[in-house]
Parts: sequence; C-alpha cells; structure tokens
Amino acid sequence: MAYINASEEHIREMLAAIGLSSIEELFAEIPAECRVSGQLALPEPLGELELDQHLRALGAQNRCAANAIYFLGGGCYDHFIPAVVDALASRPEFVTAYTPYQPEASQGTLQAMFEYQTLISRLTGMDVSNASMYDGASAAAEAILMSVEITNRRHVVLAGTLHPEYREVMSTYLRNLDVDIVILDYRRGVCQLAEVASKLSDKTACLVVQHPNFFGCLEPVHELSKYAHQVGALFVVVFYPISLGLLQPPAAYGADIAVAEGQCLGIPMGFGGPFLGIMTCREQFVRRIPGRLVGQTVDRRGQRCWVLTLQTREQHIRRERATSNICTNQGLMALRATIYLAAVGGVGLRQVAMLCVHKAHYAKGRLTEEAGFQSPFSAPFFHEFVLRDPSGNVDHLLRSLAAENVFVGPPLGRWYPELSDCFLVALTEKRTQHEIDTLVKICSKR
Amino acid sequence: MHERYGSKTIFELHKPGCQSVRWPACDVPCNEIAELIPEEYLRHEVPSLPEVAEPDLVRHLSILAARNMCVDSHFYPLGSCTMKYNPKRHERWAQLVEFTHLHPYQPEESIQGLLALLYSLQQMLSEIAGLDAVSLHPAAGAQGELTALLMAAAYFRSRGEARRHVLVPDVAHGTNPASAKMAGFEVVQIRSSPAGIADPEILAEHLGPSTAVLMITNPNTLGLFEKEIVRLCQMVHQAGGLVYLDGANMNAICGIAQPGKFGIDMMHFNTHKTFSTPHGSGGPGAGPVAVTAKLAPFLPVPVVVYEDGRYRLDYDRPLSIGRVRSFLGNVGVLIRAYCYLRTVGAAGLKQVAELAVLNANYLLHKVGKLLPVPYGQRCMHEFVASAAKVKAERSISAMDIAKRLLDYGFHAPTVYFPLVVREALMIEPTETENKETLDAFSAAIEAILREPAELLHEAPHHMPVSRPDEVRAAREPILVWRE
Repeated sequence: MAYINASEEHIREMLAAIGLSSIEELFAEIPAECRVSGQLALPEPLGELELDQHLRALGAQNRCAANAIYFLGGGCYDHFIPAVVDALASRPEFVTAYTPYQPEASQGTLQAMFEYQTLISRLTGMDVSNASMYDGASAAAEAILMSVEITNRRHVVLAGTLHPEYREVMSTYLRNLDVDIVILDYRRGVCQLAEVASKLSDKTACLVVQHPNFFGCLEPVHELSKYAHQVGALFVVVFYPISLGLLQPPAAYGADIAVAEGQCLGIPMGFGGPFLGIMTCREQFVRRIPGRLVGQTVDRRGQRCWVLTLQTREQHIRRERATSNICTNQGLMALRATIYLAAVGGVGLRQVAMLCVHKAHYAKGRLTEEAGFQSPFSAPFFHEFVLRDPSGNVDHLLRSLAAENVFVGPPLGRWYPELSDCFLVALTEKRTQHEIDTLVKICSKR
Repeated sequence: MHERYGSKTIFELHKPGCQSVRWPACDVPCNEIAELIPEEYLRHEVPSLPEVAEPDLVRHLSILAARNMCVDSHFYPLGSCTMKYNPKRHERWAQLVEFTHLHPYQPEESIQGLLALLYSLQQMLSEIAGLDAVSLHPAAGAQGELTALLMAAAYFRSRGEARRHVLVPDVAHGTNPASAKMAGFEVVQIRSSPAGIADPEILAEHLGPSTAVLMITNPNTLGLFEKEIVRLCQMVHQAGGLVYLDGANMNAICGIAQPGKFGIDMMHFNTHKTFSTPHGSGGPGAGPVAVTAKLAPFLPVPVVVYEDGRYRLDYDRPLSIGRVRSFLGNVGVLIRAYCYLRTVGAAGLKQVAELAVLNANYLLHKVGKLLPVPYGQRCMHEFVASAAKVKAERSISAMDIAKRLLDYGFHAPTVYFPLVVREALMIEPTETENKETLDAFSAAIEAILREPAELLHEAPHHMPVSRPDEVRAAREPILVWRE
C-alpha cells in the first residue's frame, strides 16, 4: 500500500521487540462486537495513474471559470490570483506543518501570521486582528457571541441586507443560547434608518451590517454606527476586503468588531471552501476575541521573535470557559492572503478596487439601458448589483446564459420571495469589456 | 545563515513603487470615482500595505519557510494531531481548475463531477463510521463537535425533552467542553478510572434525566481503547441520552472497528488527521460528522443526494439545524480526503491503523525504558510518557526534553496534555514513519536524559530562536508590527 513505511523485516523486528507474534494481538482489547465484519465496503483502491484519470474524468463533468465567463457573486468571486501566491503557499514547510505550538520550530508560520494580523489591521484600521477563523459566516457568528459576552445583553439586530447564509449560520449558532434575533427590513437596497432606530434599544448587544451589503449596495454606515453606539450596542461590520482599496475602513466609521470573508485575497473559489474568516476588533476587546493570536516578544538571547499569545482565552486552557471552541485557524488561507496583500500593495489594491467598480458600473449601465433589465435599488454600489427581469423568469434566463457559457447569479428568490424576479451580477478585475459585451448581447436577444 | 534576513518583517522590505503585481488599465469607459460613489464613503489615503518587489517577496517567504519544521522534512510526533505524510498527488488533483474554479452558486448541472465525488465521500465516511448519514460541512473537528451537539439539542427539542448536561471525561480535548457550552449545554466532567479509561460505575453516578450527551474519544487521549464503550453507550441510552464520539483518534481503528457498532449516535472525523489532508500550519482541515438514522433529519443543509441519475444539493430538510458555515464546506480539503480513501481502499485503511498502532507500541517499548508511561504497557496509536520523575530528581521538565528534541532534528511531542499525566509528553508516531526514525527518536531521548540539566533548561541551542518570553508576550501584547 502507498505511504506505509515499514518492510516485512522491520515489522517482524518491531513485533519481536514488544514480545508479540502478530499485529492482531495489539487490538485484543477491541470487543468482537465492535469490529468490522470482514472488510469495509469501500471502492477498490486505485493506483496513481488510474486515480489521475478518474479525477480528471470527474473534473470534465464540471464547468469552471477557466473555460466559462463568471459574473457570479454573493460572497465568492472570481478574482485574479498572482502566481506568486500559489508558488509560496504550496511550500511544504507551510503546507505540512501544524499549529505553532513549539515557537522555536515554527517561527516561519508565526511570523507570517503576525504579518497577516498586521496587514489586516492596516487594511481595516482596526487595532487587533486574530490569526483567522473558518470563513466569513462563522466569523460573523462568533462576533455576535463576542458582543453578547462583552455587553451582557441578549438581543441582536441584523441587517436584512446581510448575506442570508451568514444570517442562517448566526441563527444556528445562537439557537440554544437564549439570544433574540431581530432582522431589519430594507429599502432602496439598504437599511432604513428610521426602522433601525426603532429596533435598537438598551437591550441590544450589537447591530450587524454588511457593507457593501449582499445586494452590493453601500449602507449608511456612519449613521448606523452612531445609532448603535447611542444605545450602548456594539457595531459589527461585515466588510469586503477588496473594497477597502477605495472605501473607508471599518475603523473610520466606528466599527467595534469587523469581520470578512477573505476569499477575494488570493484564495480560489473552490466551490466555497476552504476560505478565510477575517476577524478584527478594538483594542479593548482583545481578551474577548476568539481564535489564535500571535504576539511579538524576545527570546532568551534578546532576539525578536513570535509566539502564540493570550492563550488563556482558548479552549485548550480554559475548556468550557473559553471565548470559543475554535482550535485551529485557517493558516494556509491566511498565508495566501498575506502573500496576496504584500504582492499587490496598497496602491495595487486601490487599482483592483477601481477596476471592479468601473466594470460593475459599466455593466449595470449597459444591462439596464440595452438589455431591458430594471434596477430595483438606487443606492450606490461597489462591484455587485441586483437586476430585475421584468419578464419574471429568472431561472430560465440564467439557464439560457449558462447554455452560452456565461454564469450569472445567484437568483434572489430563494432568500427574498419579493425579489423572485431578481438576480445578482458581480464584476471583478478579470472581466473584460468583451465579456461584458457578450453578456449584454445574449441578454438583449432574449 | 538566515538570521540576517530572518530578522526582517515584510514591512521592513517596503520599497515605494515596487509592488509585485501590475494591473491593466481599465478597458471600459470610466467615470470619475466620485461620480459613482459618494464622497462620504471613500478613503483618501491608500491602505498602508507594504510594496515589495516579487523577488524580495519570494525570498522573504522562503526564509520564513526555512524557519519551520514540517512533516516533509522532520519526524513530527505531535500527539493527538496525527502528523502523517501528506501525499503529493492529492495536491495536484485538488488543484485541478475543474475543482478550484467552481463557484458555489453555479447550477447543479454544471458541477455533477464534483457532486459525484462529494456524494461518494459521504458514502465512504458513512461506511467507515458504521453510521447512516454524513454532513461534509464542518470546517474543523471543533466545528464538527458543535454541529453534532446542536443536532442533539434539536433532537431533544423535537421530543419535548429538556436535557441540560453534557458529560465529558477529564482526559477529553478542550474543544469538547467548549463546544458543549457553545451549543447551550452545561458541562459535567467525569473522572477516569485508575486505569485511565471511562468507568461505567463512575459514569452511573452522573447519569440521570438531565443527561443529554456523553462525549467520548476512543481511543482516548492517553492512547487507550475505551474497552467498556459498548456498556457506556447502553447506559447513556438507558438514561435517554446520546453518545458522541470525538473521532480525533480514528487513525488507530479505521477499518478494524466501526464506531457505529460501539453504539454511538454521532461522531466527527478529522480529515487532516485520519485521511492525511495537510495541516497547513494550522488549517484548513475538515470535520465531517456521521450520525445514526434517527439523527439524520437534523443534519445541516444542504446534503448531497443522488436521485434519478443526477446529484443535487438537498435543502428541503425541515428539521435541519440549518447552516454551520457558508456554502458547502472545505471542499478543497474534502477532495484530498476522497483521494486518500480511493488510494488506500479498505485493506489499506486497515493496514494504516495496524502500522500506526505497531509503531506507537514499538516506540512505547523504547521510550518506556527511559521515561515512565503511567497508563499501561500497551497503547493504540499514541502514548503519554511522564517526565515527573526526572523533574523531581534532576529538575528536567517535559518542556526541557521537548525543546532539546528540536536540536536533535525532531519536532517535539505534545506536552502537558492530557492533564491527568504530570509532565506529559504525548507521542504519536503515525504509520508513515519507519523503524529507523523511531530508533533515532528514542536514542535522542536517551541522549538528552544524559545531558546536564542546565544545558536542557536553555534548549534549544541550534534553532533560530530559543525560549521566547511568553509571559512578556501576554502581559504587553504586541499583535501588530509597528515601526
């Protein structure tokens, strides 16, 4: 079998050393009734060449962004990934190491995570970033748990324009914790300030807003932040990392906790995972943040170095009194984001953001002017927008686009019945004018 | 040789105008940004990110890489983490564009190959577990635990039962009690027997009408098989509770025992342990859960199903606990787990467990002559040695031994866990190491124990850094780089 690393002779020698005559004897304590009868019913093993053919055959049954045009959005985007990200993040010293429990043997990982924390802190303006969570949705759910702990209040108010899957994850996480969830309505694609004011109270732990929101629209974050703080609630923001090349960072409008999906920072779409949960907060909450934190210190010779720190927040020390059950982070994904941000730089990130904005506004203009779609929301937007198909048959439309190798969506009816004739369109720096023209041309023919 | 470079951070390599990536000019007609986005939303300064030329960036990360020990280059016997070899072929396959360039909202017709793979993985995990249904969602073992406990809560709610208590052995991973609390339960710790396993009589003291779940790791963190497992499960069931298996240590028993036959109701797998998906310096992993038929309705949505010759994602599950994360799971990791299982097959999986346990017992035999192993002459995939005696006699701690092992070219074992062993060194060799390595490792421990205590207190001596001041790091946290 592949990967077993013992000759028959070594097996005999090892058995002899421990005074046994067969490997079977090592399993003597496992009761007969617990054992596999015969052999597990698994598919026959395949050699490397056969499995290579098998996987390529499975792959051939998928259609992918390498040979189709993707305008799909909703929290996962077809951004460009520089080769240097793949090359460095596939180094075995990062791929095959584990959590840096022994700092002397893990300075590479620890320094990279410290640089990640710093990059994210600089990008967001927030004081503290942890070394990452599973994904944007679970980071957002943990932000609520954190808010409940910090404020000792048990009501949370969520924007209706927050990604519906994030709201679902929050509702799953909070189900047994005696926390009430209020979901806000929206108008023009964003929160209505009057409604927000009426739903917030001195019982509110946090107001959670996505900006740009699930519809791509920009929320009135300055006012929302002010409203949350007026009642002593925390303002939790779900941001879009690429947008911070151009938009004000969460710290500038008073976010107390800011979280994000980091996929856009050099991580392949990969059908939705593995991704990167970015989590940041203000300094005063650092001892309440979940997950790994890397801190700078000195070693016994006085050299600058890095360690996992503030571990008394964590489950392996604090058990049921920990800030979260999270154990690992998404180390390799955080590394990809680190390399991406360092490769792109601040000026480069602004360029990416501008390309996204320009292409999105150009595409929306053409699709509404020439292809007969309506724009249900008038709020300013970033790189993603909602279109309404007056003929009402969104599924048919998206299917016929897919038949022409153009993927658009998702349709919104699944989460918003009132938007069952609407769908999302997302643009990234990768989309060319020619591709946008193709989309407009196909849509105009319908 | 790396010290000169290694002392720099990426921020100290900043050279304005030197970014690695150049972006194209915009190819569509552009308005002024201020006409598209109102002024109050815009930032004026560009984010303060370093600008680094690509050669400098590559050298920087390469130097950092050289400051890591990893499974490819080092024996990494980190107990409870199953640091086995990660096959190179998995990396190639998981990185095929037909898998990496898929969007979670593209139509099901366009991802039939991926769904077939995931469906097959669900089936294989179900068979290995001996349980009826699987969810691939959880991003890690800890999230698998949370998922299963939320399902247990939903199950009891559906029956109108208010059960509050989750029982957790004292040797359990810290994630178990932390997950129980996040799922809204109260944690009751149960002590282990003098032999280091769960004792039915001790369990009986804690069972009652409020018992919700027993969480148990088998083999446990002492590397011992919980031989009373069948009886423990029966007792919990008689009390109306459910049993959850923490599958962290499945590498010891895959293909030999089926957890479903223990009588458990739910479990998780750690694909990054048992099925050799890379640990990635701390993730991503994946923590699929498997459950019995009575709990299947509560699985997170969506589940991959196969009907009428096509695969689809089933969201129509009214009793589901809902989502535990966005989209479908750590798909890239799951693809690697699939590749592993298709490579080893049933016979290979059994052989993995056999060699993992043989290696551990051989190493126990060698190390046990040097350091006491309080719980037993035999083990499963790992064992826990104690430095308590050398600590008392020569003030050599488990940490001293661990640090000095780095100088000898070995990653350290897990130290100071589980808590029931003083000065614990938890050692898990895995099946992919050979006898020469195990001999060299035990020879290193032997040599270390002959060294002067003063030398060991300052170990390591040959690593880039030695004994970071962790107290200072926690007292005055420096979590971001500042000039």
